[in-house]
Amino acid sequence: MTYRIGVLSVQGDFAEHIAAMNDLDEVEAIGVKTKDAIRSCDGLIIPGGESTTIGKLCRRFGLDEAIGALHAAGTPIFGTCAGLILMAKYIVDSDQWRLGYLDAEVKRNAFGRQIDSFETDLPIVGVEGGQARAVFIRGPYVTRVEPNVEVLATYADKIVMVRQGHLLGAAFHPELTDDRRVQRYFLEMVKAAAQ
Amino acid sequence: MADTSTWRNKVGLAEMLRGGVIMDVTNPEQAKIAEDAGAVSVMALERVPADIRAEGGVARMADLHVIEQIMDCVTIPVMAKARIGHFAEAQVLQAVGVDFIDESEVLTPADEKFHIDKHAFDVPFVCGCTDLAEALRRIGEGAAMIRTKGEAGSGNIVEATRHMRNVITGIKHLTGLRNDELMTEAKNMGAPYDLIKEIAHTGKLPVPNFSAGGIATPADAALMMQLGAESVFVGSGIFKSEDPAARALAIVHATTYFEDPVEVAKACRGLEGKAMSGIDVRTLPDSERLATRGW
Repeated sequence: MTYRIGVLSVQGDFAEHIAAMNDLDEVEAIGVKTKDAIRSCDGLIIPGGESTTIGKLCRRFGLDEAIGALHAAGTPIFGTCAGLILMAKYIVDSDQWRLGYLDAEVKRNAFGRQIDSFETDLPIVGVEGGQARAVFIRGPYVTRVEPNVEVLATYADKIVMVRQGHLLGAAFHPELTDDRRVQRYFLEMVKAAAQ
Repeated sequence: MADTSTWRNKVGLAEMLRGGVIMDVTNPEQAKIAEDAGAVSVMALERVPADIRAEGGVARMADLHVIEQIMDCVTIPVMAKARIGHFAEAQVLQAVGVDFIDESEVLTPADEKFHIDKHAFDVPFVCGCTDLAEALRRIGEGAAMIRTKGEAGSGNIVEATRHMRNVITGIKHLTGLRNDELMTEAKNMGAPYDLIKEIAHTGKLPVPNFSAGGIATPADAALMMQLGAESVFVGSGIFKSEDPAARALAIVHATTYFEDPVEVAKACRGLEGKAMSGIDVRTLPDSERLATRGW
C-alpha cells in the first residue's frame, strides 16, 4: 500500500518536504497546488515559507476550500513553521488570513528576526530514540492551547510542537535534517486515518 | 543548548523564500503594497536601480531610517544592499537586524578586488553571478543564496536569461565530467574544488538560485522560473510601472503557476497599465553595465 502525501507547493520549502517524505517506504510524496491535486491526497503537508504569502495564494486560488475538505474528512495535515501559523485559529497581533483549524494561539517570529534563528535538540512526545534536531528559522511558538490540543515538544518553556487529532504542527523544520522520525510519526497518522 | 545562525539557518531562510517574489521598495507605503500582493520579502533601498542608473552618482547602502521604517511596517523578511566589498556597511546592516544582506553590483563597488567574507557574519548573504564559476566563488565566501545578476534597472530580460542559462549549462557540464577531470576544471573555472566536486555529484547548487535584473512582466517571471530560477527578484519592474499594485499581484501569480500558461495568461490580463519602458542593453557602454561589477 502506498500513501499519497501532498506537499502544498505554492511557496516555501516544499522541495525539502517532498524529498524527506519520499525517503520513507510506502509514501508517494508530490507537490500540490491545484484543488484537484489537493483533494487526491491521503495526507497534506503545509511547508515553511511566508505565512502571509501562502495564505493569500490559498485564498486567491480557492485552495482553502480543497484543504478544508480534507480537514473536514479527517485527513491528516502537518504544518511546519508557516504551516503551523496558517493552521492556528489565533495569531498574536495579526489579522492575516488563516485556515484556522487548530485550537491554539501562535506568535509569529516569536524568537526574533533571522539573526536569532537557531537549532537545538528536543525530546518529542511519541517520537522514540532520543532527542531530535530542531531547526528554527524566524520561527513562531504556540502561546496558548485549548485542552483538546496535545503538546508534543517545548523549548525554553515555549510550546513548539502540537497535535490535535488529525492535525500536527511544528514551529521548526524537521525537513531540513536527515532524521526522518517526525516524518514517520506523520505517516503513522496517515495510515491510521486511511483505515 | 542552542546553536545560533548556523549554515543551515542561513540557507534555510533562502529555502523558505522559494517559489516567491522579492520586491525592491523605497518606503513603507511601497513595502505594504508588496506585502499585500504576496511578496515573500522586500529589498529596502533608497532608489530603485532604474533611478540609480538615471541619476548617476555613487550608490550606497540605504538610509537606515528608511530600512528601519520598512522593517517596522511589514512582517515578511527585509533585505538590504551593501556595496561589493564594503564589510562595514554589512556590519551596520547586521546590527540594525535586517534578515538578509545583498552584496550587490547595483550599488557602486567599494572594493574592486575583494568581496566580503560572508562566513564571518551571522546574517545570511545573497550575491549576484553571471555564470557558475562566479556563483561558486560567492558560495565559497559564504553566500547562502545566489541570484543571477541580469541587468538591473534595464527592464530587459535578455541578460537575466543569459546568466541563468550560463549557470544551468555550467552545472550540466560538471555532471558529465569524470572525477579525474574536476581539479583541472576547478583551475580553469577559478572556482573552489570542493564545490565543483559536490555539484558534479549532486547536479545542483548547494544553495537556492534565484533570478534578478530585468524582470518587468508576469511572462518574464514565468520565463525565468522555467529556465531554472527558484524565485525571482523584481527591482524597478514593479514601482517604475504604471500599475504597481496590480503588477505586483500579477507577477506573484505568474511565479506561483509559472508552468501553466493558462494561469500566466490570467496574470497578464490582470494588468491595467504599461510596464516600465526599459532599455536595449546593447546600447549600454560597458561602464554603465552593472553586471560587470564584481568578478
